[in-house]
Amino acid sequence: MAITVNRKPLTFWERLYMPAIIGGIKVTVKHAIGSLFQGKVVTMQYPEERWTVPTGYRGAPYLVKDQDGDTKCVSCQLCEFVCPPKAIRITPPGPNGEKADRTNAEKMPAEFEINMLRCIYCGFCQEVCPEEAIFLKQDWSHVGTNRNDMIYNKEKLLALGGVAPGIQKWKHKLEEAKAQENFPVKV
Amino acid sequence: MFYNGLTPIELLCLWGLVKIAIVVGVVQGLVAYSVLAERKISAWIQDRVGPNRTAPPFAKYIPIIGPALTRWGMFQPLADGLKFMFKEDFTPASVKKIYFFLAPAVAVIPAMLTVAVIPFGSVIGSEKMVIADLNVGILYTFGIVSMGVYGIVLAGYAANSKYPFFGGIRSSAQMISYEISMGMSVIPVLLIVGNLNLSSIIAWQSSHGWLVMYAPLAFIIFMVSSFAETNRTPFDLPEAETELVGGYHTEYSSMKFALFFLAEYSNMVSSSAMMVTLFFGGWTLPFWGLDQPATSIGMGLAHIGVFMAKMLFFMVVFIWVRWMFPRFRYDQLMDLGWRRFLPLALVNILITAVWLWLRS
Repeated sequence: MAITVNRKPLTFWERLYMPAIIGGIKVTVKHAIGSLFQGKVVTMQYPEERWTVPTGYRGAPYLVKDQDGDTKCVSCQLCEFVCPPKAIRITPPGPNGEKADRTNAEKMPAEFEINMLRCIYCGFCQEVCPEEAIFLKQDWSHVGTNRNDMIYNKEKLLALGGVAPGIQKWKHKLEEAKAQENFPVKV
Repeated sequence: MFYNGLTPIELLCLWGLVKIAIVVGVVQGLVAYSVLAERKISAWIQDRVGPNRTAPPFAKYIPIIGPALTRWGMFQPLADGLKFMFKEDFTPASVKKIYFFLAPAVAVIPAMLTVAVIPFGSVIGSEKMVIADLNVGILYTFGIVSMGVYGIVLAGYAANSKYPFFGGIRSSAQMISYEISMGMSVIPVLLIVGNLNLSSIIAWQSSHGWLVMYAPLAFIIFMVSSFAETNRTPFDLPEAETELVGGYHTEYSSMKFALFFLAEYSNMVSSSAMMVTLFFGGWTLPFWGLDQPATSIGMGLAHIGVFMAKMLFFMVVFIWVRWMFPRFRYDQLMDLGWRRFLPLALVNILITAVWLWLRS
C-alpha cells in the first residue's frame, strides 16, 4: 500500500524560486565574506602547516631501545612473518654473528629493514612482538627522492624510535640466574 | 602616418584586422582568467583558498607583487594552458573520426564569432569600437549562437558512447526550449528601440535610460535563458558531471577538450556582453559625461573600461550562480522553458506592444 505524503503546496512566491534564490545568495555571500575577509578557511597549507596527530595515533613502526640504550629486538622474525604487506625484512646474525647488546639475550638482528612504501601501519608487528621492541610511533609523512630512500634500515629505525622504557626481561633473568647461583642463602 | 596612402577599403581591412586581433586576444585572456575566477570564487564560497601555488621560477624576483600574484593564482591559467597543450591527444578507437575532429571546431567558431557585432566602446579617433556594425546585429548573434549547439550535439554523436550521447541529446533539447524564449524575450527591446543595430540600441539607452528599467521581465528571461544557452549551472545538463561522467566531452582530451572549454567560456563572455549591450547601456554611464560618443582617446578608453567592468560583473554573476544552485532536473528544465518562459515572453511582447501603442 503506497503511503501518500501530504506536502504543503508551494506558494506563488516559492514557485518563483524566490526564497531559494534569496537563501542561496545569503549562504554564498556569508561564506565568501568569511573566507575572504575573516580568514575562516578550512584549507591547511600543507608543507607549512601540519596536522597535529591526536595522542594514541598509530603511524609508522619504528624499533626502540631500552633504558640502557640496548637494542630490544631479538631477531625472532615474528613480525616479518606476520606483516601482511611483507614490508619487514630481517637479516638474522647467523651462527657467528655479532653478539646481542644485552648480556642474556640470545641474538639481535644483523639488519632490520622496513619498506615504508609497503607498510600499511596495521600494527600487527607491535602486537606480535614478544620483546616489545617495535612500536607504531606518531610519524605519518615519509619523504624520499627514490624507492631506496623509503627502505628504512635498522640504524635509522632505532634512531627514529628512541627509547621505550619497559620491563627489562633479560636483565631480570640475568639477576635471577645470579641469585640462583648462591641460592642456599648462607646465613 | 604610414596608413595615409591607403585606399578606404584597405584602411577598413587594416583596422578591421587590428580590431579582430585585439578582441580575440582579449576574449582569450578573459576566458583564461575567468577559469581562474571560477576556481577562486568557488573556493571562497566553499571556505577554501583556491589556487595559490603556481609560479614560474622568475615570480620570486618580481618585487613586492610577485608573491601576491602567486597567492592570487595569477600564473595558474598559464599552467593550465600549457597542460592542455602538452597532454596526450587521445582518440578512442570507437569514435566517428570525422565528426570527432570536427565537433570542437564547430563548437568554438560560433563562440568566437558572436563578439563580432558587440560594440565594446564608442570611438577612438574616427574608428568605431565594434568589429562589424551590422544593421541586423541581434539577428546575427542569435543565428550564430544557435550554431554553437551543433558542436555539442556533434561531439555527443561522434563519441559513439552512451554518456556523451546523453549529453548531446540533452543539449539539443535544452537549446530548442531556451532559444525560443531567449529570442522572444528580446523582441520587447526591439519594439521599444525600433532598431536591430546594437550601436543604435546603445544610443537609444544613453538618451532614454537603460532598457532594463523598461523591460525587466525581458531581462530576467534573457538572463536565465543565457544560463541555459551557455550550459552553466543550474542548467548544465549536457555536461552534468555527476550524472554523465563529463557529458558530451567525456571522450575528448588535450587541446580538443580545451576547445570545448574555450567555447563555453567565450559563450559566457559574449552572453555577458549581450546582456550589457541590450539591457545595461553598453559602454555608456549616465554620469561624468560618459553617455556620448568619445571625443578624445582617453574618453574612448574609458568607455571600453566601462563596458569591460559591466561585462565582468555579469561574468561574476555567471560564476557565482554556479555555486549557488543545484542542477535542475531534465523535466523541470523543459517545463521551465516551454511552460513558463515562452508564455511569459509572449505576454511580455503583448504588454510592451500595447503600452507602446497607447503611448504613441
